Amino acid sequence: MNILTCNNLTKRFDKTLALDSVNIATEPGKIYGLLGKNGAGKTTLIKLINGLLTPTAGEILFKNEPIGVESKKRISYLPERTYLDRDMTVEKVFDYFADFYENFDRPKAERLLADLDLEKSMKISKMSKGMQEKLQLILVMSRDADLYILDEPLGGVDPATREYILDTILQNFSENASLIISTHIIADIERILDEVIFIDNGKVVLHSAADALRETEGGSIDDIFRRRFKC
Amino acid sequence: MDFVFDNERPIYLQISSLLRTQIVSGKFQPGEKLPSVRELALAAKVNPNTVQKALTELENEGLIYTERTNGKFVSSDANTILIAKNALAKEKAAKFFEEMQNIGYSDTEALNYINHFGGEGK
Repeated sequence: MNILTCNNLTKRFDKTLALDSVNIATEPGKIYGLLGKNGAGKTTLIKLINGLLTPTAGEILFKNEPIGVESKKRISYLPERTYLDRDMTVEKVFDYFADFYENFDRPKAERLLADLDLEKSMKISKMSKGMQEKLQLILVMSRDADLYILDEPLGGVDPATREYILDTILQNFSENASLIISTHIIADIERILDEVIFIDNGKVVLHSAADALRETEGGSIDDIFRRRFKC
Repeated sequence: MDFVFDNERPIYLQISSLLRTQIVSGKFQPGEKLPSVRELALAAKVNPNTVQKALTELENEGLIYTERTNGKFVSSDANTILIAKNALAKEKAAKFFEEMQNIGYSDTEALNYINHFGGEGK
């Protein structure tokens, strides 16, 4: 069964067509790269999947059901911008997640945190940007979900932190789930992707297995993306 | 095992090629159990599906086989491994002669170079 299915999904903001008849289906055990320039429609799509926006037309199904309260429990979402209260400590954030999500695996989160040498008494506001990103990734990957959606998890972090983020994704990703990563930083991430979805002007312009694309078009996904979307 | 990939070529082909080399060179012995898909994926820092695809290639070539509950093993058939080894040697030799030709050596001259002078630089 597909985890996520978008059928002719369309979103219009006043006169702007942000998403135009998007069709996507995701299978369990696969990692999808949602790739597009800034403003292509990636975040709009992700917000629709998370029920933060409502479609103008078309539908989104999560395990064959319309999205809603149930789907929210099973989708673990890392937003592009931080939503954590800067005055909270790590401990408090864990409490909050444990209250909010019954599928939050606290021991797992504690284990991942221990690898980072981060004190639980530390406040979010005292952490570097890279550290905050790591913490948020730990929170998201410590939920037992069917769909993980990471919106620009690599934005503004150093290469070592990127490595950590990719490793953590690979180590904690279950084969029963789908994972969608949206990014415009492709080179670092492309080796972990099963399939790539190019999105441009609100349309899916290409959806292919990553290795098949390297074979047919020649070059890396990063090269192919640059060739397609030359400004 | 060191995995260094270039993003230009399908990653599963790079993984299968690396493992093939390890098998024909005897780093993985005939009959030896291979690391699990998950272990290989973590070591290579790629997706498990990519490793799975690489292993399917090797399985189709008869270099490895799956024991249903036990995992994947290197073939115990010395002949199959030898054939794969010869195929790789042929490929590398052909490439050598081609590159020598590019710098103006005929095949005979290239061969003479190997016979008489090849060891010098080592």
